[in-house]
Amino acid sequence: MTLSGLAPDSAADAAPGLSVDPEEVRRFAAIAAEWWDPHGKFRPLHRLNPLRLAYIRDRLCAHFARDAKRPRPLQGLRLLDVGCGGGLIAEPLTRLGAQVTAIDASATNIGVARSHGSESGLDVDYRHAAAETLVAQGEQFDAVLALEVVEHVADLDEFAAACAALVRPGGALIFATLNRTPQSFLLAIVGAEYVLRWLPVGTHEWRKFVRPSELGAALRRRGADIRDLTGMSYSPIADSWRLGRDLAVNYLAFAVKG
Amino acid sequence: MSEISAKPTAPGGSGDVLVVGGGLVGLSLALALGGAGLRVTVVDRERPAAAADDRFDGRASAIAWGSSRVLRAVGLWQALDRHAQPIRDIRVSDGDSRLFLHYDHREVRLGDAGEAPPLGYIVENRFIRRALYAAVAARPEITLLAPAELLKLDREAGHVSATLADGRRLRAALAIACDGAESPQRAAAGIGVVRWRYEQAGIVCSISHQEPHHGVAHERFLGAGPFAVLPLPDGEDGTHRSSIVWTERADLAPAMLKLSDGEFAAEIEQRFGPHLGRIAVAGPRWSYPLGLLHAERYVAHRLALAGDAAHRIHPIAGQGLNLGLRDVASLAECIVDAARLGLDIGSAGALERYERWRRVDSLMLVGVTDGLNRLFSTDLAPVRLARDIGLGVVNALPPLKRLFMRHAMGMVGDLPRLVRGEAL
Repeated sequence: MTLSGLAPDSAADAAPGLSVDPEEVRRFAAIAAEWWDPHGKFRPLHRLNPLRLAYIRDRLCAHFARDAKRPRPLQGLRLLDVGCGGGLIAEPLTRLGAQVTAIDASATNIGVARSHGSESGLDVDYRHAAAETLVAQGEQFDAVLALEVVEHVADLDEFAAACAALVRPGGALIFATLNRTPQSFLLAIVGAEYVLRWLPVGTHEWRKFVRPSELGAALRRRGADIRDLTGMSYSPIADSWRLGRDLAVNYLAFAVKG
Repeated sequence: MSEISAKPTAPGGSGDVLVVGGGLVGLSLALALGGAGLRVTVVDRERPAAAADDRFDGRASAIAWGSSRVLRAVGLWQALDRHAQPIRDIRVSDGDSRLFLHYDHREVRLGDAGEAPPLGYIVENRFIRRALYAAVAARPEITLLAPAELLKLDREAGHVSATLADGRRLRAALAIACDGAESPQRAAAGIGVVRWRYEQAGIVCSISHQEPHHGVAHERFLGAGPFAVLPLPDGEDGTHRSSIVWTERADLAPAMLKLSDGEFAAEIEQRFGPHLGRIAVAGPRWSYPLGLLHAERYVAHRLALAGDAAHRIHPIAGQGLNLGLRDVASLAECIVDAARLGLDIGSAGALERYERWRRVDSLMLVGVTDGLNRLFSTDLAPVRLARDIGLGVVNALPPLKRLFMRHAMGMVGDLPRLVRGEAL
């Protein structure tokens, strides 16, 4: 199984919302309930989430010399979550002590994430913005995360440049995305979209999937080096995901900016 | 983790976990969670001083090897060790027939060192309670509110909020019902149960006896049900002591309780024989109705059941508290793992892992203990013949016997970290 592009996206949605009316808030709350329902439409993402979080936590703890078993291990770190969706990653990282800024190109997603975040009592800085906007504002973070985003961007090189620019020297970048292989074609497009109907048909465009070597090259041009590549594979029998060496479909990349 | 509920604190306080019921299971769970840095509030109706009193609970518990590791891991064992009698042998016999099943602890070796640990321990509940209260009081992460009455538990979308009879309000991400077999919280959550009563009562008391027990636990199957003599540590004056768990027909039990100490001791001797020499009853006798209960679900929205609230089994195999402590180990692991990933510990994901993990194991023991009780609480000749052959076969087949022993020790299946002797 593969994952990405679950966000309800539409062109109309992308316009920045200036004010919030009560009708909107109700609508966001309804979609938030859907985003956060572990048995609902986003079930695959919920199944995958603990694994992605474990990877992020362990990599960040190792890089910034924190003890993952202590309460709030990420305390004091400023993180940016690019393409945050409903906040499935931003909220947990906030609970782990990080100060999280989370952006998404979809105003609906940001509304949904804000609605759920306030219900959870978590202070996440959600912004309806593109990575490039934050670059223009001169923002920098200890680490930048872009999960299930790379395979949807129009220009990999520009996106990698923006992400790298948003990390302070010595900071970290974490990506999760899909490799461009025959396996990912079968699993992501034919399997997940047509056979299992986990994802809406047309969610993915296989040609936009990114090989680790391509991601590595784009990052290197901006002064960041990939230090780890880890595969995420799905076992249909156990209905669970695990980390491993198989990068053929879903993989995670950890990079450090020099 | 320790800041999971970041909303303004309601009067009375907020924490990560609210444990309803401060019995053996509830307090052990609080210790496991508190030790991992979560903030836990325990609400219990009993006054701790009363619950730790010698007259509150006359039972002794069989603590399987695996469960003793859980108690070690949560820091309780140091206080319990001197009150814990290691079980080195278990001898199972059927009425007057000579056939018996013999479990010798030297037959099961665990770990690389090939150590042969005791099969388990017998500890009187009053000592477990006292050790739990002391350990809980020493943990700043744990607040024990007792005696206190929980009036209302509201399980909201993002948290639970509890109202106590004295007006205090508590808030947490998750509530755990450890409130016993009649669990009011289970009922309030609309979780049904499968249950039946056995026409049996469990009579419990301590005895002193002339001869040492050598760490042997005896279980003898009589017509009314199993009759167990469980070894206790010697008294301070050197008296040899054992705990009796005597399953009797429910209609006869009240009469047994009314006997004089001398008559009662004679009844015990008549059932058990002369192995321990002269027997005297030491302290009060208790009688408990016996029944089976299994909850249809172990979890609901922001609620988990543990211990007797989830399952209650026949004492035939001495597994009741062990089942509860395995709940503790699994549930604590699920909650702590979720908390360390920053996940909402009251969310369905964390709770469903617990339910998947525990239901099969519990259901199996519910079934096995019920079956054993039915098989052994009868005097029908063909059934007796069949079960004696069964006991003989198990005894004659070492691999099968070792498997049974490992089961009894709580060392079979997908073991939680605390049962494996690891930190959370």
